[in-house]
Amino acid sequence: MTNIRADASSPFHEPTRRETVAAGGVLPVAAGSSSGAAAVPSIRSTAPEMVSVSLTVNGRTHAVVLDTRTTLLDLLREKLDLTGTKKGCDQGQCGACTVIIDGRRVNSCLTFAVMYDGAQVTTIEGLANNGALHPLQQAFIEHDAFQCGYCTPGQICSAVGLIAEGRAKTADDIRELMSGNLCRCGAYTNIIAAIEEVMRRP
Amino acid sequence: MINFHYARANDVTDAVRQIGGDANAKFVAGGTNLIDLMKMDVERPTTVIDITRLPLKQIERTPDGGLRIGALVRNTDLAYHPLVEERYPVLASAIMAGASQQLRNMASTGGNLLQRTRCAYFYDTATPCNKRKPGSGCSAIDGQNRMHAILGGSDACIATHPSDMCVALAVLEARVHVASESGDRVIPFADFHRLPGKTPQRDTDLDGGEIITAVELPPKGFAANYTYLKIRDRLSYAFALVSVAVGLELDGDTIKEGRFALGGVAHKPWRDQQAEAALRGRPAKAATFARAADALLRDAKGYAHNTFKIDLARRCIVRALTQAARGTPQSQSSKKIV
Repeated sequence: MTNIRADASSPFHEPTRRETVAAGGVLPVAAGSSSGAAAVPSIRSTAPEMVSVSLTVNGRTHAVVLDTRTTLLDLLREKLDLTGTKKGCDQGQCGACTVIIDGRRVNSCLTFAVMYDGAQVTTIEGLANNGALHPLQQAFIEHDAFQCGYCTPGQICSAVGLIAEGRAKTADDIRELMSGNLCRCGAYTNIIAAIEEVMRRP
Repeated sequence: MINFHYARANDVTDAVRQIGGDANAKFVAGGTNLIDLMKMDVERPTTVIDITRLPLKQIERTPDGGLRIGALVRNTDLAYHPLVEERYPVLASAIMAGASQQLRNMASTGGNLLQRTRCAYFYDTATPCNKRKPGSGCSAIDGQNRMHAILGGSDACIATHPSDMCVALAVLEARVHVASESGDRVIPFADFHRLPGKTPQRDTDLDGGEIITAVELPPKGFAANYTYLKIRDRLSYAFALVSVAVGLELDGDTIKEGRFALGGVAHKPWRDQQAEAALRGRPAKAATFARAADALLRDAKGYAHNTFKIDLARRCIVRALTQAARGTPQSQSSKKIV
């Protein structure tokens, strides 16, 4: 097993979850350790806590059972098969995972899905209306606002949020308020143009 | 990330009861910092208590003419609140200078105060870090320390506090309301964040059983003469190398009261009484501002990669005080520095 963090024979080494699983997953669990302050937590050896969550994504309500650690991003991609939302950095630094929760654009990688029980979520898959592209989707095509396209769902969801916020008045404002969405192809000029065009429509 | 038990708190009493009984529990609100740190195995709570349903989402006027901001008010809601924009624009400006809109839409007021440092060694569990693992050593002092402190550091830690909002709150002399099972207390902002000393693992004056319930702003908001000037490696969405929040009260060209705080230079938002005394009663001009900058930086200490910050801070202070005195605060949209 590769473990770059510490020599497994070191007294400072703590078993990783992977090692615990590989060892059969049986490490002693102190009685009452889930709530007890006294016992040293050996939570890594315990099974993940599963919770029931119900949330509405693109108008459809889903009731799912999740490991508490599941992010909304992983729920969307891995359980609901909504892979339009992308995982870029998984640290809130790139914006590829941007979705709209209860009307606000957020990084779905920095959420625990269980915290959004009952929420309304909109992803890139939910923007088109009866097969007609959302104006921002159409504008991104017309302005050639992407190359590889990986950041595009996040860019578009973020732009939907930006327009709903109503704070951007100038191209400078758009650039600043879209700074949470990185595009490594460097399509920024056309992204700004696409958003500006839709924003200026009556 | 280790497995954790998810719990919800219904009210403040319930929240402090839950956290009081579990030394390995953490509150989560916006989650923008905690969840990141949990993914990196830097934070390893075995219970996560969701406080997002607590009734701490109001912004209310206080009887003395100030403002009380509930701990769960989101950063964007605070920055865009009409009373904050009108009366405390330095706070609105500082908030908009930090993070991205997606993060500001999630992040809470209380959580902003409790952000952990962005020191790369704190994040990297393969390296020693006294803040993450007390006694293991500081990798930054002799390592890559371009982003690190020039003021108030110790042999144990030269990390900086990452917040922009807190730099403005320092200038406004906010008060932090906290609750615990043993009662409520109010912490002056200057005493809320700590210097690293020998115990850099402790960022703030809070103890483990306490929860922030509100941040209170006194009436004085410096709405006429303020600025938040932030210098960073790119034009947006980066942590400060140096930032300066200013609030001035002028009588003609004379400074009646001048406050300024620096971000990106220390383990906490940095204010200095001696430097502010150098402004009081003096003409609002460059020579005055330079003297105040020199006073604030008199004990500044650079390391291998961050000595440039001392001169950068001096220039930023003079520029920010000039912007505030002229009534031309830094725009957080157009990045032109005037």
